[in-house]
Amino acid sequence: MSFPTEAELKAILLKVVAMSKADECTAQITGTTTGNIRFALNNVSTSGIVTDTQLSVQVAYGKRVGIATINAFDDAALERVVRRAEDLAKLAPENPEFVPAVGKQTYRASPTFSAATAAITPEYRAKVANASIAPCKAEKLVAAGFLSDTNRFVAFANSRGNYGYQTGTTLDYTCTVRTADGRGSGWVARNLQDSTSFDAGTEIRTAMRKASASAEARALEPGKYTVILEPAAAAGLISFMMRFFDARQADEGRSFLSKKGGGNKIGEQVYDPRVSFTTDPWHPEAPVMPWDEDGVPREKMALVDGGKITNLNYSRFWAQKQGKRPVGQAGNLLMAGGTRSTADLVRSTERGILVTRTWYIRMVDPQTVLLTGLTRDGTFFIENGQIKYPLKNFRFNESPIIMLNNIDELGKPIRVGDDEAEMVMMIPPMKLRDFTFTSLSDAV
Amino acid sequence: MLRRDFLAITGLVGGGLVVPAAFGKVIAAEALQSTMDVAIKKRLADAALAAATGAGATYCDVRIGRYLRQFVVTREANVQNVVNTESTGVGVRVVANGAWGFAATNDMSSDGVAAAARQATAIAKANAGSQTAPVQLAPVKGVGEVSWKTPIVKNSMEVPIKDKVDMLLQVNAAAMAAGADFVNSILFLVNEQKYFASTDGSYIDQDVHRIWTPMTVTAIDKASGKFRTRAELSAPMGRGFEYLDGKPADRFVSPNGVVNYGNSYDMKADAIAAAKQARAKLTAPSVKPGKYDLVLDPSHTWLTIHESVGHPLELDRVLGYEANYAGTSFATLDKRTANFQYGSDKVNIVADKVQVGSLGYVGYDDEGVKTKRWDLIRDGKLVDYQSIRDQAHILGKTESDGCCYADNWASVQFQRMANVSLLPGKAKLSVADMIADVENGIYIVGDGSFSIDQQRYNAQFGGQLFYEIKNGKLGAQIEDVAYQIRTPEFWNACSAVCDESDYRLGGSFFDGKGQPSQSSAVSHGSSTARFNGINVINTARSLG
Repeated sequence: MSFPTEAELKAILLKVVAMSKADECTAQITGTTTGNIRFALNNVSTSGIVTDTQLSVQVAYGKRVGIATINAFDDAALERVVRRAEDLAKLAPENPEFVPAVGKQTYRASPTFSAATAAITPEYRAKVANASIAPCKAEKLVAAGFLSDTNRFVAFANSRGNYGYQTGTTLDYTCTVRTADGRGSGWVARNLQDSTSFDAGTEIRTAMRKASASAEARALEPGKYTVILEPAAAAGLISFMMRFFDARQADEGRSFLSKKGGGNKIGEQVYDPRVSFTTDPWHPEAPVMPWDEDGVPREKMALVDGGKITNLNYSRFWAQKQGKRPVGQAGNLLMAGGTRSTADLVRSTERGILVTRTWYIRMVDPQTVLLTGLTRDGTFFIENGQIKYPLKNFRFNESPIIMLNNIDELGKPIRVGDDEAEMVMMIPPMKLRDFTFTSLSDAV
Repeated sequence: MLRRDFLAITGLVGGGLVVPAAFGKVIAAEALQSTMDVAIKKRLADAALAAATGAGATYCDVRIGRYLRQFVVTREANVQNVVNTESTGVGVRVVANGAWGFAATNDMSSDGVAAAARQATAIAKANAGSQTAPVQLAPVKGVGEVSWKTPIVKNSMEVPIKDKVDMLLQVNAAAMAAGADFVNSILFLVNEQKYFASTDGSYIDQDVHRIWTPMTVTAIDKASGKFRTRAELSAPMGRGFEYLDGKPADRFVSPNGVVNYGNSYDMKADAIAAAKQARAKLTAPSVKPGKYDLVLDPSHTWLTIHESVGHPLELDRVLGYEANYAGTSFATLDKRTANFQYGSDKVNIVADKVQVGSLGYVGYDDEGVKTKRWDLIRDGKLVDYQSIRDQAHILGKTESDGCCYADNWASVQFQRMANVSLLPGKAKLSVADMIADVENGIYIVGDGSFSIDQQRYNAQFGGQLFYEIKNGKLGAQIEDVAYQIRTPEFWNACSAVCDESDYRLGGSFFDGKGQPSQSSAVSHGSSTARFNGINVINTARSLG
């Protein structure tokens, strides 16, 4: 299904904004088409397409806010949704943290759209499933996987003259391959904005290789080990840590970025000097919308530079309260690294453990961001630069803050998204000392 | 529901304009009180059934759903968000040429639903080509036109928003007055108005209500930079607003005075207790790691049951259908044949879709099967799984267990967890008597951190409140406790379960499964239970 043109969307938005009698009005239209195919036990189980287009209207009378949404776009429907939002606003309690809508902005478009991804068809999805299943069947392996592709647009306008429009696409593919006897399991994931470079037939080989290679796993005593976390394995831990990069939380004293006695740790050395995190909506491999959910323009910004905290995410309310210039909330996360691949890191490791994937990560202690979780789908022992044998899976209890102070080497960042991370990220493979495994798991 | 959807709606991140698509449209609170005319629903359903069979379907079911939600979100003295949402539409599922097909529409006209039924039939026929074995449905006898309603006393949707806001702000004020530095409290209400019709001759109208009151109370010691939180000790329930009446008879007071709740909840009293207990956590001594006998309150045990029994006994996981997402299961079919010793003889676990007050309580599941209760583990031995109509034959059963659920009209129904609960001990046993038998133990109240592997062997759980037990007596509040288990060893270490006078429910509002992910709500009941010799780790770390 094709979406309305930008001109059509803009005309609707301006009509809605003009209809409102409230002190201010913001209208936003979002549209998504998501297609998917799911397979398990070497058979396609479900496939589908969901299209949704929605108009949201937010109005304010003083500090009273009302929101209403609708999925019809005739004049009567537009009138109805505006009046409903106004009625709700009049009844709403005052929000003391209300900040008026952003004024007119100039947004620099980011390259979030791929025509190839937007053109994906049911036949394409079926081919991806077949390209995953057929080689597994041929080698008596069992595949279970999921492909999801999204084509979306967002357009908004407000009564202060602001307007924005952009389109975007993503493709997310995951596949778990198990040996027929259930003793080996491998996994592969790809998250892309542009599907042109995606080839399930190539990707599936990684999961197949790991499934076969992990079948005769040996037990290693839990303890502290040098590990190489593949980017997907590291991303989940980094993701949890980034939840604490909220300035208000830090200033309120409930974050590892809170300072003893009050305030936050901006300017303090918190990580190894090789650790740098930036956010940049225009990054060619991990682009995101050039504005945040409030319409505040995003900027290229360092959150951590040389291991020091340089910026936190400020909501508009908190920025105003703290006298800070509001910058759009980070939409992606780019961790700096080196140039070497995971395989290169393995080659330079005397003794260590390679972790393909981490699973069921949960917060144990927010004070230190202590996280627990497990390895799965390919954990291997490395000796003298070579993978020697598969290992039984471990449970870990580790803080990403401690982990990012125990760095041996960072490799070349790759894109990770969706299942493994809450936002699109570029994460390097990382070799880390003294990573804490606390027990063994019998799970394959 | 995805975490990001929950955060978006509760206003904890980003702007209020982002309403997750699965929630549908934002509506006025008054619209939450209306229902659809059953006669109209029957007419639509008949149009879909006729269109599907006319197109060659051998089976068809139609779900006409109106999914209503209300969120009231506050922190301290502020209301952060009040949102009412409605998602209405029709999902049609068919079997044609031995294969499943599904299509959904929000076009609520006879022509619209008939078109969806024909589309579902076309999809089924297309899928039939690659189907290795035809769908086998366990028989269901049509029940004609029936209705069912959660037995609520007070419809939450009819309570004015002002009353709800006032209640939460009073709760927050009470917590702050009792020493909290911050408090977040939320009212989350759900009403699923579901109509099911099938070619088996059933027309089932159901009105399902649920309520949840999440709360986080934070205490801070600015000088040391230490912070601690205590979450609510309530449970999400399949009840109306009467759950918040906080009746004295529903208070369960432990031997050291910690108050837990049963069929109703006193949110204000719990907020005051939470503020004091969060403050006490700041100076509580750290646990010494080692083996302990754990005495687990039902407000904690529900999550351990959920993860280590409920999930591994879902038949689709056992068979491998969830291998790429939720995972598989250690409890393979051969273990049922061998009557695998899952736990000690104290362990009797049932699946139950008819338990009053539970989140999973419905009259019929989402494929028209009348709900029931059945044994999963009897005297410690594995005896059964949870199944739906197209799985029953795999277990040699002639009927479905009634575990089919879809979280929306636009989602395909599939096998979801029933309420799975540990039965109370048969002999009279109080919590005090249970603790009196413990030499070196820890008493754990409330659910905390939880993590388990993809086959449900190795798990780690935290909690909200921890108290030392020494020589039969409850002692000091301690901190930094987590226990690690291997599922069969843990359940075989169950040495006692208190009697039915201590039985309560806990539960999850958002149990995720499937790709695309769907969420379901499920309860788990137990009385306080004891597990001997469990490995406890210390979770304190220093960041230098």
